[in-house]
Amino acid sequence: MSHGHDEAPPEPEIPAGEGNPGGLLTKLRAKAKSPAQLQAELKKTQVWKSIFRHKLDDSPRNRSLAVLSSVFLHLHPARINRDAVRYSFTWGMGGITFYLFVLLTLTGTLLMFYFHPSKGEAYRDIMFLQHDVPFGNLLRNMHRWCAHAMVITTWLHMMRVFMSGSYKPPREFNWNIGVMLLLFTMLLSFTGYLLPDDQLGFWAVTVGTNMARATPVMGHEGPFGPELGFTAFNDVRFALLGGSVVDANALLRAYIWHCIAIPIIAAVLLIVHFWRIRKDGAISGPAPVMLASEITD
Amino acid sequence: MDWHQVWELVSLPDNVPIVLLLLMVPFYTWLAFREAGRNDRLIAALELDPDMRKTHHRVPYPWKPGWPKTVHVWPHLLKREFLAAIIVTTVMIVWSIVLDAPLEEPANPSLTMNPSKAPWYFLGLQELLVYFDPWIAGVVLPSIILMGLMAIPYIDVNPLGNGYYTWKQRKFAIATFLFGFLVLWVLLVIIGTFIRGPGWLWFNLGDTWDHHRVDHQVNYDLHDFFGVTGVWQVFFFGLAFVGGFCAIVGGITHLWVVKCMPLMRKRMSLVQYATMLQLWVLMIFVVAKIIARLAFTVKNFWVTPWFNV
Ligand code: HEM
Repeated sequence: MSHGHDEAPPEPEIPAGEGNPGGLLTKLRAKAKSPAQLQAELKKTQVWKSIFRHKLDDSPRNRSLAVLSSVFLHLHPARINRDAVRYSFTWGMGGITFYLFVLLTLTGTLLMFYFHPSKGEAYRDIMFLQHDVPFGNLLRNMHRWCAHAMVITTWLHMMRVFMSGSYKPPREFNWNIGVMLLLFTMLLSFTGYLLPDDQLGFWAVTVGTNMARATPVMGHEGPFGPELGFTAFNDVRFALLGGSVVDANALLRAYIWHCIAIPIIAAVLLIVHFWRIRKDGAISGPAPVMLASEITD
Repeated sequence: MDWHQVWELVSLPDNVPIVLLLLMVPFYTWLAFREAGRNDRLIAALELDPDMRKTHHRVPYPWKPGWPKTVHVWPHLLKREFLAAIIVTTVMIVWSIVLDAPLEEPANPSLTMNPSKAPWYFLGLQELLVYFDPWIAGVVLPSIILMGLMAIPYIDVNPLGNGYYTWKQRKFAIATFLFGFLVLWVLLVIIGTFIRGPGWLWFNLGDTWDHHRVDHQVNYDLHDFFGVTGVWQVFFFGLAFVGGFCAIVGGITHLWVVKCMPLMRKRMSLVQYATMLQLWVLMIFVVAKIIARLAFTVKNFWVTPWFNV
């Protein structure tokens, strides 16, 4: 079977003379360029060259350049350990965590278009998202479940890094960046919990922040807190909630932490995390095994 | 067996992720140990055979002379990342279509939820509230967990097992980490989610959550068993007990390390070793308090006018 452009149908001869003075059409036709020619010329234009910095035919050089000359791909090196692409080594867990972070940023931004962080409005906005906004319910569900999934994948990523000994020199510092990311991932999820302003979020955040009352020295119910003059109206919990109970100010503060402050902190940490993976000599393995009998110290 | 209650718990939208966790954690633990087993067998073979040591490529995957040791990221890694992204997207969309995120009644400070629970990933910490004062469970222990995690690369001085899975070369490190993660974190999350019912009382899985159940169990402080009375007597009794407990656990651990892991001790500076011992003793202490409370109804080891431990 022929597929359109593969085999162009034979063109009808147009005789010179009547209706075709001077055979102009025929002359034009002869000048016309083939798609392949056009493509070749397109690649010579200034516009094309300004966008794509290297050729696209399949060669080792171009495969490397494809990665190195793209801002999104150059987080990768051009070549990696042949066994590092095995699922059984990284489980893809860090990458999946990052991908979930991206999905959360996208869905979260869309949710922000519909959400007012104030008492009364917040809950109504969630109802509105669920029942009236086109795909609003799907959007909210995606954001919720991606958040839960990200907490799980972060834990599992940490477990794989531990089990493969990938925190050992020279990756000690990156493990520490990771611990920070673990903390902020959970705080992101926690601050988001309050935003629907329903019973679930309210009591979860009440229980969570009640622990802050008991902070030693800085909480009004913690050891040595009252002795130092802390009350429910000036201790760390008050600072977190913007009040002595979870109310309008707490909602606003949770919103700002959730949508602005922590995402920025997490993004900065992620940049450092990824940069460090490259600087520490790319992914740690699967490294050649070492033997106890070969270690001298 | 109240299957309805079990279903209600397991199918609660916000509990579904924990069901997922319950499947994923054992799977990945198995996967890590399968890889470790492969490497450990290779290591054993290499230790036995000096000739093999000189020629072998030292990973348990196929390799032939002439094969490059590295591959191009484009396409070998990128195609896998692309596939992973498609799978994750599909899973998340299906999950989001099938299951709705929860939305309860509007927040109402005068209507307490019973049980009121933190988000599931903090339930391990909330469960610790049963065993410790809030300042310990909510502030001190989480800080120590974070600091302990950060200390790991600096106190694990074992040069073996860098960048490959192994069990035999890192038994102590792996056993300690997995105990902390699987038992003291994941298991406590599961207890907090599925076992703790109204009033944060213990309901075995399958027991009906009875909102009127009252707990008649009396909890004792350790000094009650010894008939110690008077603020200062109690204070010093507790101090001696906690101090003694830590000293004994630390001492036993020290003897164990010196006898069974002399190389580890030799490689560590005093600061590294002391940090490691402290974290280890603390972990045992948490376990001891959990057991004391659940098995012997002992609440506090050390009671003072300002705080209890
Ligand atoms: C928001 C959370 C996190 C993201 C998005 C993330 C992302 C990544 C990615 C994409 C990699 C590349 C290799 C892989 O996929 O495994 C990686 C490696 C690494 N991560 Fe994370 N990570 C996160 C949290 C953590 C945590 C909690 C830890 C440890 C406590 C950690 C420690 C490390 C280390 C040490 C490496 C280098 C591993 C090696 O060279 O084999 N990261 N991370």
